[in-house]
Amino acid sequence: MAWILDSDRPIYAQLVERIQMQIVSGHYPPGAKLPSVRELAAEAAVNPNTMQKAFSELERSGLIITQRTNGRIVTEDTEMINNIRQSLAKEHLDLFIAKMLELGFTKEQIIAFIEKAVQEG
Amino acid sequence: MNNLVEIQGLVKAYDARTIAVNNLTLTIPQGKIIGLLGPNGSGKTTLIKMINGLLAPTQGSVRIRGMEPGPETKALISYLPERTYLENGSTVQSIVEFFADFYADFSTEKAYSMLAALNIDPKARLKTLSKGTKEKVQLILVMSRNAQLYILDEPIAGVDPAARDYILKTIINNYNPEGTILLSTHLITDIENVLDEVIFLRYGQLVLQTSVDEIREKHGKSVDAFFREVFAC
Repeated sequence: MAWILDSDRPIYAQLVERIQMQIVSGHYPPGAKLPSVRELAAEAAVNPNTMQKAFSELERSGLIITQRTNGRIVTEDTEMINNIRQSLAKEHLDLFIAKMLELGFTKEQIIAFIEKAVQEG
Repeated sequence: MNNLVEIQGLVKAYDARTIAVNNLTLTIPQGKIIGLLGPNGSGKTTLIKMINGLLAPTQGSVRIRGMEPGPETKALISYLPERTYLENGSTVQSIVEFFADFYADFSTEKAYSMLAALNIDPKARLKTLSKGTKEKVQLILVMSRNAQLYILDEPIAGVDPAARDYILKTIINNYNPEGTILLSTHLITDIENVLDEVIFLRYGQLVLQTSVDEIREKHGKSVDAFFREVFAC
């Protein structure tokens, strides 16, 4: 199944987000080996050079590490992964709160919404 | 440095009023998947035929790895023309054998594994196959070569969406860092995630050559949407 990507944003940035999410969510746990560029490019149905660019970006941030003999692995720095997880959570929250304020709800109402939604699961 | 194809001041005039390619200068790097895009009559097929040495330029030059189109460059290029040239009475299998005989870089194994993946019976005669299946066979033959340049003229127009996905995957999997794929198409949405670069032609001239992500970054829209804007009628 090809990855679903937005058509109006750079592809490589979306690949970075997607792989980041897979690492943070534990789909690729710390120290896990990642598929090759070609395998992942074929899975996502994207250009291999674009996937390579996404990998380079993730390497620069330290989230993935290239080992000469073993391909690419996820960092074992769990603190780094956790920090990214926290900042992604904050992004989603900020976006949600901004939208709710735009719809005209008060802060108390927003909190009530969240409590209700969480309880209803 | 790593230019596979260099095109300089290329002109093709069919007659005094029909100038299909008009003073075109561009380079095609190696190791890229490039979309050749443009409205009908923009000179895509004429350009492709000149790269393949099937049409002689009126002016200007085409160089492939520094050579003029000829027998040496044909050995480097795997070409899918817009129209079929295969013998209708032959079986798929006999055509595969013919290709294996003809091209030193042809992989029979690759061809049969792709035929199997698309459920095409090698014993079938070509005339018994649907138009879309014939197109698939032809594309499989072209992609089974280990060429430096694959030129695909409208490779996915006639095939169903599922086969299209498989074909795009095949293109990605067969991609090698030295090879380049140049493909012309109108179906931009289906293929833009797979492209490195796009070349836009209009009236036989170069409008733009850039990367897909650059268009998205600069204009905040897909190549397809950008194309519609540039070529709005």
